[in-house]
Parts: sequence; C-alpha cells; structure tokens
Amino acid sequence: MRGTSKRHADLADVFNADEARVDWHDETLWFVRTKRDRATHGLEEWESLREVASEVKHHTLANLSTYLEEFEQQAIANGVQVHWATDAAEHNEIVCHLLQKHGIDRMVKSKSMLTEECHLNDYLADRGIEVIDSDLGERIVQLAKEMPSHIVLPCIHKKKEEIGDLFHEHLGTEAGESDPQILTETARQHLRDTFLTRRAALTGVNFAVAETGEMVVCTNEGNADMGAHLSSIHIASMGIEKLIPKRAHLGVFLRLLTRSATGQPITTYSSHFKRPREGQEMHIVLVDNGRSRQLAREDFRNSLKCIRCGACMNTCPVYRRSGGHSYHYAISGPIGSILAPNLDMKDFADLPFASTLCGSCSNVCPVKIDIHNQLYKWRQELVKAGYTDKKKTAAMKLMAATLSSPAKFKLAGKLGRLTLRYIPFAVNNGLNPWYKGREMPSPPKQSFGEWYASRKKEGEG
Amino acid sequence: MEVALFVPCYVDQFYPQVAQASLELLERLGVRVVYPEGQTCCGQPMANSGYEHLTGGCNENFIRHFDGYEYIVSPSGSCVLHLKEHLSSDKNKQQAVAIRPRIYELTEFLTDVLQVEELEARFPYKVGMHQSCHGQRGLKLSQMSELTAPMFSKPGKLLHMVKDIELVTLDRGDECCGFGGTFCVAEEAVSVKMGKDRVADHLRHDAEYITGADMSCLMHMEGVLKRAKSKTKVIHIAEILNSSI
Ligand code: SF4
Repeated sequence: MRGTSKRHADLADVFNADEARVDWHDETLWFVRTKRDRATHGLEEWESLREVASEVKHHTLANLSTYLEEFEQQAIANGVQVHWATDAAEHNEIVCHLLQKHGIDRMVKSKSMLTEECHLNDYLADRGIEVIDSDLGERIVQLAKEMPSHIVLPCIHKKKEEIGDLFHEHLGTEAGESDPQILTETARQHLRDTFLTRRAALTGVNFAVAETGEMVVCTNEGNADMGAHLSSIHIASMGIEKLIPKRAHLGVFLRLLTRSATGQPITTYSSHFKRPREGQEMHIVLVDNGRSRQLAREDFRNSLKCIRCGACMNTCPVYRRSGGHSYHYAISGPIGSILAPNLDMKDFADLPFASTLCGSCSNVCPVKIDIHNQLYKWRQELVKAGYTDKKKTAAMKLMAATLSSPAKFKLAGKLGRLTLRYIPFAVNNGLNPWYKGREMPSPPKQSFGEWYASRKKEGEG
Repeated sequence: MEVALFVPCYVDQFYPQVAQASLELLERLGVRVVYPEGQTCCGQPMANSGYEHLTGGCNENFIRHFDGYEYIVSPSGSCVLHLKEHLSSDKNKQQAVAIRPRIYELTEFLTDVLQVEELEARFPYKVGMHQSCHGQRGLKLSQMSELTAPMFSKPGKLLHMVKDIELVTLDRGDECCGFGGTFCVAEEAVSVKMGKDRVADHLRHDAEYITGADMSCLMHMEGVLKRAKSKTKVIHIAEILNSSI
C-alpha cells in the first residue's frame, strides 16, 4: 500500500464496504477513548498537566540544537555511541552497517514507529537480515505482511479469528483456535525463543533526557527490556524531537502518555537505558528525516510535540470509520495527516482533507497540539502548491464568484431550488456524491431573502 | 437593541423557516432585527476546502453589509466560527477586525447577551440535541467530553426552558455527525457512515426530533433520515424556541 497514489477517500470507501466491520472497529476504539476519559476525568490536575507538557515541549523545540548537543555529550560520556541520520536512508544504512560489522543477520526489534517511517524491515530484509518484531501486535501485522494501522494498537483492525488463522499458518496453533489466552501464550513462546537467540536488539525511544543522556522506553509487554538485556548490541532509533530537558520533566509525560493511550495510569514497563552493560555495545541513532523542516514551518512546528499516544486516533470519528490503513502512511489518523505531507506533499496531499475539522483531536491531545487548525492550514498550503484536483479548483472558483455577488447568488439559488442540483457544498454536480447515501433537501417555495422582501413590501404597503 | 441577522447561504436557500424563526424569536424578545439584503455567504465552504484565498469576494460582501452593527447574530455555529476566526480584508482591514468579535451564534446571543431566563415556548416531543462540533468545541457553546472541566450547555439551558419538551440523553454526547462541508461529498462513504451512526444514537433513544444550533449538520442528518424513510425529523433549535404549539 505504501508509496502508491491511492487516496484516503477511496481506501475508506473500500473499508466501508463491510459495515459490520466498521461498526466493530469504531466501537473498539471508542471503548479505548472512554477508558481514556475515565482515567483523565478523575485527575483534577489533568488540564494543567497538559499545559505543562505542552510548554516543556515548546521550550525544548525552541532550543532543540542546544539540548541535542547536551544529550549527545552526556550519552557519549555514558559510553553510548551516538549516530546522526539526516533521513530514512541514512538511518537504515547506519543500522545495517552496525549489524553487518558484527556479522549479525537476525535482529529482534521492539515497537518503533520511526523504523516503520523509515521502512527499516524491508531494507534489512533486502540485505539478508531478518527482523522479528517483538511487540505482540506488531508481530501480528508483521506475519500478515501489513503495516501497523495504529501507533499504539498496531493490529487493532484485526479480529481474534484472523489472528488465529495467522498463528495457525505461521506458528503452528490449531486451525480455528481464537482463544486470546492460547494465542498470546503461543506468541510468548515463539518470542522467547527469538529473544534468546538474537544478538542484536533495536528499540524505539519514548523520551530522551538531555540532562542525563538516558532514554526511556515504554512498553506494556516488557519486550524492549527482554531484547535489550539479552543482546550484545542494543541500537536505539530516536527522532530528534523525543528530547526533554531534565529527568524531572519525565513525571509529567509518563503520567500523560498511557492515560491518553490506553487509559492505564502508567505503562507496565517504563525502562531507562543509560549506559551499556559490560561487554555490550549501545548505539543511539538520532534521526531527522524531515523534522527540522517541520520545525522551520511555523504553522506546523507544534506537531513535533507529539508523544505518540494515539489518543487523537481513538477519538477521531473519521479514523474510527476508515481504518488506519486508509491513511497510507506509517502514522495514521489526525497527527499522521499533519506529519505525512511534510515528507511528501504530493503523495499525501489527500490526508489533511480526511477530516471534518471537528476538533476532538486537539482537545484530547496530551501536549495540546492544535491538530485541527494545522489540518486547515495544510489544506491552504496544498491548494496553493497546486496539489489539488483541477476540477475542484474550477468548481471552487465558480462557487466563489457566485457567492461573492448578491445578484449571481440570487439567480443561482433560484435555479438551484428549481433543479435541486446545487448545494453550495456539492461541488461536483455531475455525479452528485451527496445523493449516494442521502436524500437532497426538499426545496422551499421561496428563499428567506424573497420572503423578507415580500414581508417588507407588505409592511410598507 | 438592534441586531443584524446573518442568514447563511444554504439556510437562505433551503431552510428559510429557520431564519424566519430566528427573526421572530429575536423580535419577540424585544430586539429590533435588521436583515441586510444582498448578504450571501461567510466563505467557509471555500476556506475549509483549502481555498481561503478565494474568499475575498465573500469577505468584502459581508463587510459591506454588516459593517457598523453592534451585534450580528446567525443561526449557524459553523459560519459564525468561520467569520470569527477568518474574516479578513486587505482593503477594509479595520472593519473586518471590528466585526469579528461582534458576531454571535443565536443561542450564545440569547444566553450571554440577552441573558434569557424564560421563554414562551412549548414543544411536546422527545428531542435529541446534536452538538455541532464547531459550535461546541469552536465557539464553546457547551462543554466537550474531551476536557476535564465542568459541564454546561447554552443550547441545552434554553431547551430546558421549553414547556413539555423531553430531552433524550445520547450514548455519545458530542460525536461528530460527519457533515464537514465539502467533506460530505469528498469523503462520501465515511461521511454517510458517520451520519448514520449519529442518527442511530438519537433513534435508539426514541427521539422524534433531532435538533441543534447548526443547520448544516441537521441538513446532513435529514438526508440520512429521509433515505432510511425514518419518521424522525430534524428541526433547528430556533424553531423549537420560537414554537408555541
Ligand atoms: S498528536 Fe497528540 S494525541 Fe495524537 S498521538 Fe500525538 S500526542 Fe497523542
């Protein structure tokens, strides 16, 4: 699916062909959203936590180069090797080189959306290096040869029966087995074997502390720890925006992250990695991949505050009814729709339009990113840059001309009410997509303007 | 007190009764209502589609007709929000800046400016209230479920003044209906599905009417209801507040 020019609307159309499935997807994610509500509504200080987190991130982004340097120095002092990657290709090369240098052809990975963004698995596979994803959900989509459809719940689009089929095919469970407990146990055994036999482990980074040069990885399954502790080389891939200045700030973010993500008070494992244990090598790859470009775009700078909790996806009524894959980018949902066009305006020109601008995302976001405003701004940018349908532009010009002239508006309205062909919003009148699932409004005899004029006349007469 | 009534383009053309009810309601509350003839559209359909640069004509027309009024009131939260946030002009900068804070959505005008405490209205039906997103999260007409903050609802407060009305409680109080301007045609499949789900919540609670402070959402839900041949109807809140059955 990646890299194609498929549009969100078309992919969502396909997803909606199975309405029962859409209902199930919607309800599952809404359930997570309500869990988040319960976890947050009990905390009096929730809104101030969000404010503090947003300000800490703001401050960090405003001084990013300083904090990155501090972090690098501290990490090196701790005995960690630091690498810098300007883009996805460089990141992948660095990781590949490290593995090849040690003659390693099998690696265990804990969930990292950054490596999804960089398409690391494919890159390594092409070079004969096998990667096993150790997060259960991620492992499932990996077996299905799919991308994660959600940044926190990667296989939320899959039903347990489908997972049972996958496990039957790949891990030898009985056909038709869909008991979550049995499936989880099977995955555990399979992964345990993986952990014990891999010499290299790659983890993502949730937060990196400039003051101490340490990084924090949050998982519910402990898989990052298992991988990192059993391997002789630990590689951490981290986007440069993951930084926070001090350890003292961590408490704010750890309290926000999982409450927003799954409604838990805290992640099961918040693991701190600071220095390699004896005999182990630890590497950090600091990846830009468009982040400094986004930092320079004032309107979109705030998007770099994202701590990848997924709350904006769970609450998004469009995401819930179109599925993560319809966003055809590693990070789906509202925040993905802001991040993706930064990487490629042409390929992802459709995404900022996949929203009703309802604003729910901006208000659940634990770091207060003005998501829906940024979507609005991206639309303006994309249209100005010419990445929209020519027919739509022509229709918009006609509409603007009609609506800015009272005389034209009156006439068009009259014609419109007669033929019912024209709703200001139905820009493409040839094949009216409004009518596919909805009836048109019934036309009144006169417009309000006409009614008012006749009332005034009567009053005067 | 004098108020200029802004009737959004689609209300003018398809739902004149909503504008009539707004006008009569305001008059009954002792307000002198002026309807500047020649007004058209707030420009939102273009702006939300990424064509804000094409809204200059609409902006100038709006400024020409509404400059100088102390209060501008409109029965459409979405259009009001757009004007408040985006009304601008190179030629008439000052006027545009002056107009923005003077624009009110009808229910917020009733509660905040007129401070209405009672109404002569009766509506003996079961009614579901749809909170439009732009009204709720944009104009803060009511509290949203996302925030941990005290609940309130300006349209809800007004509806409670209506005699014999029975307001139903929805499962999802502030879920979007899926209209979203051009979204409703550009993302037809998702939009219709959202509309169906939003309507179903009201139907599950036996609402005979779905009301709201934004006719655009209601137009979308009306289309869905009619397609399903449902008996449930949509009605703008101005019509309920102005009714005396
Ligand atoms: S944008 Fe906000 S809500 Fe969405 S994933 Fe990032 S931090 Fe979470």
